[in-house]
Amino acid sequence: MSKKAKDSVPDDSEIILGILNGSKDILERVYKSYFPMILKLIVSNNGDEDEAKDIFQESIIVLYNKIKCGNFQLNSKLNTFIYSVCRRLWLKRLSQKGKYSGSLTDFSELVAVDEDLAYHLGKEKQFTQMAEALVLLGEPCKTIIIDYYINNHSMQEICDKFGYTNADNVKTQKYKCLQRLKKLFFKNLKNDRNEE
Amino acid sequence: MKSEIEIITLTEAYYRAELSMEERSAFEKMREDPEIDSQVVSHYNLMKQISDYGNYQYLRADMETIHDQLDVASLMDELIPAETKIRTLWRKNRINAAVAASVAILAAFLTVLSSGYFNGPTTDPNYNYLNRKVDNIVRSQQQINQKINSSSIEIENPSRFAATGFALSTNGYIMTNYHVVNGADSIYVQNFDGESFKANVIYTDVIYDIAILLIEDNNFTPFTSLPYTIKKSGSEMGDEVYTLGYPRDTPVYTKGYISAQTGYKDGISDTTTYQVTLPVNPGNSGGPVLDSRGNIIGIVSAKQKQVEGATFAIKSEYLVKSIQTMQDSLDHSLVLNKKNSLSGLNKTDQVKKMKKYIFMVKSY
Repeated sequence: MSKKAKDSVPDDSEIILGILNGSKDILERVYKSYFPMILKLIVSNNGDEDEAKDIFQESIIVLYNKIKCGNFQLNSKLNTFIYSVCRRLWLKRLSQKGKYSGSLTDFSELVAVDEDLAYHLGKEKQFTQMAEALVLLGEPCKTIIIDYYINNHSMQEICDKFGYTNADNVKTQKYKCLQRLKKLFFKNLKNDRNEE
Repeated sequence: MKSEIEIITLTEAYYRAELSMEERSAFEKMREDPEIDSQVVSHYNLMKQISDYGNYQYLRADMETIHDQLDVASLMDELIPAETKIRTLWRKNRINAAVAASVAILAAFLTVLSSGYFNGPTTDPNYNYLNRKVDNIVRSQQQINQKINSSSIEIENPSRFAATGFALSTNGYIMTNYHVVNGADSIYVQNFDGESFKANVIYTDVIYDIAILLIEDNNFTPFTSLPYTIKKSGSEMGDEVYTLGYPRDTPVYTKGYISAQTGYKDGISDTTTYQVTLPVNPGNSGGPVLDSRGNIIGIVSAKQKQVEGATFAIKSEYLVKSIQTMQDSLDHSLVLNKKNSLSGLNKTDQVKKMKKYIFMVKSY
């Protein structure tokens, strides 16, 4: 089999594998292959290129969430999935703007994406709350948490970066930071639930 | 009993694969205590929530980088038809356009005002001259009109549009399509014997595409009776129907059947019409559609393009409805015929009796 050109449309199983492995190359090829379709959808239906970008990127996040939580089944083609998600997101945006005219010009077939969007909505809410909690946490806690839990730095690296005298001090500091983050994050979540 | 900080440290080390084999199995054994296990699980979930959030941020950043490499402008050119682009451009700039337009209108208005346009009737001699000229034109046009009216309408004055209509009552009411008479200056109807009569539009119904004319011509002798009635109820799919119309200069008989209970308009089905399989031509518009017993069940309205034989006929129920709404406002009473004298006859005799009451409608 010949090797595929870098910007060719990757096949669906290749994409899923690439996403699971966190491949940037796959992300780039997915992005470049599917963005034009969504640009066409949004611009043909009262939107502009910036809105197309927002909607498309959100649909990629939906796709990542779906694949990463491991229950992705190839019931439909990926491009149909992305198209359907974007279509729903755009309909929602249009009705929020009060601009929905009752019909969309379509360029693809559709699949049901309700569950994925509901899951995505919940995830999105958690992300916002995490972002808010991290801001409220302040420095140096924020960086310690990010370095350790997101960038996967070791305690020793963090110790060196912040100039702590020994790793045990960092461990205590990190523990305190984490307790505060927990409080902020879950308080936010709880508040939010109470409001609903 | 382990402290919380120890459990957290162990959990993290476990999931980051920093434990030795022995430490791993010790940790797993420790998790057999449900209370400890629940602490491990909840800490693991928090770790995951933080790292998910991080991945999400990185994903967004990566997408931004990729997006910046795209040439969106040329993608737009490639994908979007020019018409849509103009719409987008219009939407983006309409406020500017509106401001520009208001400024332009204001400027024009001020210019006109300053030129003295509103300063009462002008005494400019050129103006009077122009006025006289207009008078002359009006006069010559009246002369032309008189000439036209005094001479009978002949073939050298071909009508803009010819279609079909049928008598609704004995005293000269004729029904045809709205689209036949729409925009016409004057209308003549011609009977089977080739006699033309002047007719006026009395009533139009744009929605059902119906127009009712009245012959207002001294040469017209009212009918003694009409042979057909208008059916007030619906007809069934498969019913045999026929029409008589003027696609040419002589009446033409065409037969067919009702092929669907609904017609088709602007891409949706239209319950006010039947689809009939009846090979008709444009001149058949406005012609009556009769069933085998000589009841008018509809009026030929439109032919679907590209589909051979698919014709639409406005249902007679709506014809009756239209007539009822306009009946009260008439100077000449419109009495619909109640007695059908065609029902016992065969087709040939029906057509023979019918043709007297079918008119060619010529609009100019």
